[in-house]
Amino acid sequence: MNAQVLSLALALVGHKAQTPVLVWGGDAEGGAPFVEADPADPSRVRGFDVEVADRIARGLGGGRTARFVQVQWSNIDQSVERGDFALGLSGVEDTPARRARHAVTLPYFEFREVLAVRPGDQSRIHGLADLRGRRVATLGATIAYDLLIAARDSTGIIPVSFDDDVHPYSDLLAGRVDAVLLDHIIAQRALRRMGGAAFVIVSQPVAVGHYVGVLARADSVLRDSIDAVLREAMRDGSLEQIYRRWSVWDDRQGALFEQIVRLGAAGAAGAAGTAGSTGSGGKAAPAQVIAYLPSLARAAGVTLLVSMLSMALAVCVGVALASGRLYGSRLLRVLTTAYIEIVRGTPLLLQLFVIYYGLAGVVRLPAFLAAVLALGLNYGAYEAEIYRGALEAVPRTQLEAARTLGFSEAQILRLVRGPQALRYALAPMTNDFVALLKDSSLVSVITVVELTKETAIYATNVGSWIVPGALCAVVYLAMSLPLARLARRLERRWGGRAA
Amino acid sequence: MSALLAIDRLCVRYDSRDVLRALSLEVARGEIVALMGPSGVGKTTALRAVAALQAFDDGQIVVEGFALAPGPVPPESRLRPLRRRVGLVFQAHALFEHLTALDNVTLALRHVLRQSRTDAEAAATKLLAALDVGSRSAAWPRQLSGGEAQRVAIARALAPDPALLLMDEPTAALDPARRSALGATLRRLCEQGRGLLVATHDAGFAGEFADRLIQLTA
Repeated sequence: MNAQVLSLALALVGHKAQTPVLVWGGDAEGGAPFVEADPADPSRVRGFDVEVADRIARGLGGGRTARFVQVQWSNIDQSVERGDFALGLSGVEDTPARRARHAVTLPYFEFREVLAVRPGDQSRIHGLADLRGRRVATLGATIAYDLLIAARDSTGIIPVSFDDDVHPYSDLLAGRVDAVLLDHIIAQRALRRMGGAAFVIVSQPVAVGHYVGVLARADSVLRDSIDAVLREAMRDGSLEQIYRRWSVWDDRQGALFEQIVRLGAAGAAGAAGTAGSTGSGGKAAPAQVIAYLPSLARAAGVTLLVSMLSMALAVCVGVALASGRLYGSRLLRVLTTAYIEIVRGTPLLLQLFVIYYGLAGVVRLPAFLAAVLALGLNYGAYEAEIYRGALEAVPRTQLEAARTLGFSEAQILRLVRGPQALRYALAPMTNDFVALLKDSSLVSVITVVELTKETAIYATNVGSWIVPGALCAVVYLAMSLPLARLARRLERRWGGRAA
Repeated sequence: MSALLAIDRLCVRYDSRDVLRALSLEVARGEIVALMGPSGVGKTTALRAVAALQAFDDGQIVVEGFALAPGPVPPESRLRPLRRRVGLVFQAHALFEHLTALDNVTLALRHVLRQSRTDAEAAATKLLAALDVGSRSAAWPRQLSGGEAQRVAIARALAPDPALLLMDEPTAALDPARRSALGATLRRLCEQGRGLLVATHDAGFAGEFADRLIQLTA
């Protein structure tokens, strides 16, 4: 048996040594036409970036084949730098910040940042300037997001950041946002998926940008080889064939190819500058930190507000559930117990998705409200158990003493049981609030930009998690440490009375 | 003169074990009756049944014309007449831990009898002073000695002015001097026209202060 395993392992190693591979990373969740799981064989990927990677591998020679590694789109830069793969592809944008920190290939595709609006707004909205005070959705940590942030300060639009490029369009139709700013091929794909008339793409692009491959900073030799392969693929028409197969070919690509082939690498770098990105790659580190402080402060405010409102809701829900469980009829006891067990037994992330997206057909909750609801209803179940335990901890003889004095059950709860239970519950409640403060980072999946999400955007833009991560941790600790200390103090002060 | 409390053939069973078998007794106004017997004989159960904290299986309990029948304890809304007539002092005092001594006494005055805070505090202060704990009215229950806590508990039970006062093992935590003082206090209470039913296994205390002894046997 062992010998079999050993020989199999040797065969695999030998196989690997015989066929050189180009390991490349992309995000199949981003979908077609970039990279998507092949419907015919979901273990494989397909898309024009997949074919570009194949073409590059082939062009590098030596019988090389391309091997795909799944990576979250926003982490491609970090992942390539730590050596998870040699080349990052899948709609990676050319930005000055990326060029400053990594080895970046020639631009191989020109995209346009286009606005999508509801058909009724077609005549009114022609550009970002027409969207003052309106909500505009995009993918976080992109050129489009930077454009929206810049427009927030200049024209007063409200940027809404998503983690994927599907929900911005469904939220556009649902009326949660008024426009979507994204790459034209993403917009066209969404339009096809939704039936061709669901929304309108504004013809005048907001900006122009390019897709590039990204490599580790030290990999400039491989980058130069890849550039040569790309230039060759532009010249021999193989890149054009790939784009035509995926229906993303247009005149702009022809012009880009011509410019690159004719002008060489210098011209390519010039072409890359057209996106008008506000990426902060050129700034010195302290300046970057200062530049991000206002948005981090705003995000910390969102975190605090979401947490406080959610906790207030959780307390109300918890009190109602605990009362139902202790005082209710048999049916009410069964229902409250079921609620508590279901909510505690399923992931908060799932509950967030169900409340925000799942209920959209019935009630379209604004993201902030959905976040507060999901967190509040979830933590309400935990609070209920704390309160039940606390209410049950009040000595029975005190309740009986109250009954002999003529108090009604409601008065006993309000005057005798409740106030004492509150003391038992305060310390665990404070601990729960600290946990909620941190769990509130999950609400970024439904477009609420809170502290962790803002930090992730910041980290993606500066290309490092060290300073943003430390800053973010400091802010969380500044919010949670005083609460943890308060919990300990309450425990000390009232712990003695628990007997 | 009709009895303040009449217990007639009271039976209580736990898991088919007879805890009380046909207990009958009467307590008149101005009388201290001691319910005697070793631990576990059902003294506390009898007091709890009279205070409607405990269901009983057979017999009848009548407090000044208000009758309790066998079966489950009736809801509080139907027990109001009984609550006005009967006070209970628990063996472990069961003071409300989150309230001062004074507030323990005023709570029922204010929220059950709807007295104003000023009136309730005046009455409570007077009661606490009469029971010799006037100086402790601002103290929390955990700051009180056993004897002090007992007197605050008596004051709390007396505040709504019940005709019948039930006491469970009142001498359990008292030294001899305190026992005598408590006995004198109980005498004073019954001279005011109350009836007292005191469950105790302290034969000396019962013999000295009770008007009648009722012996329970296992």
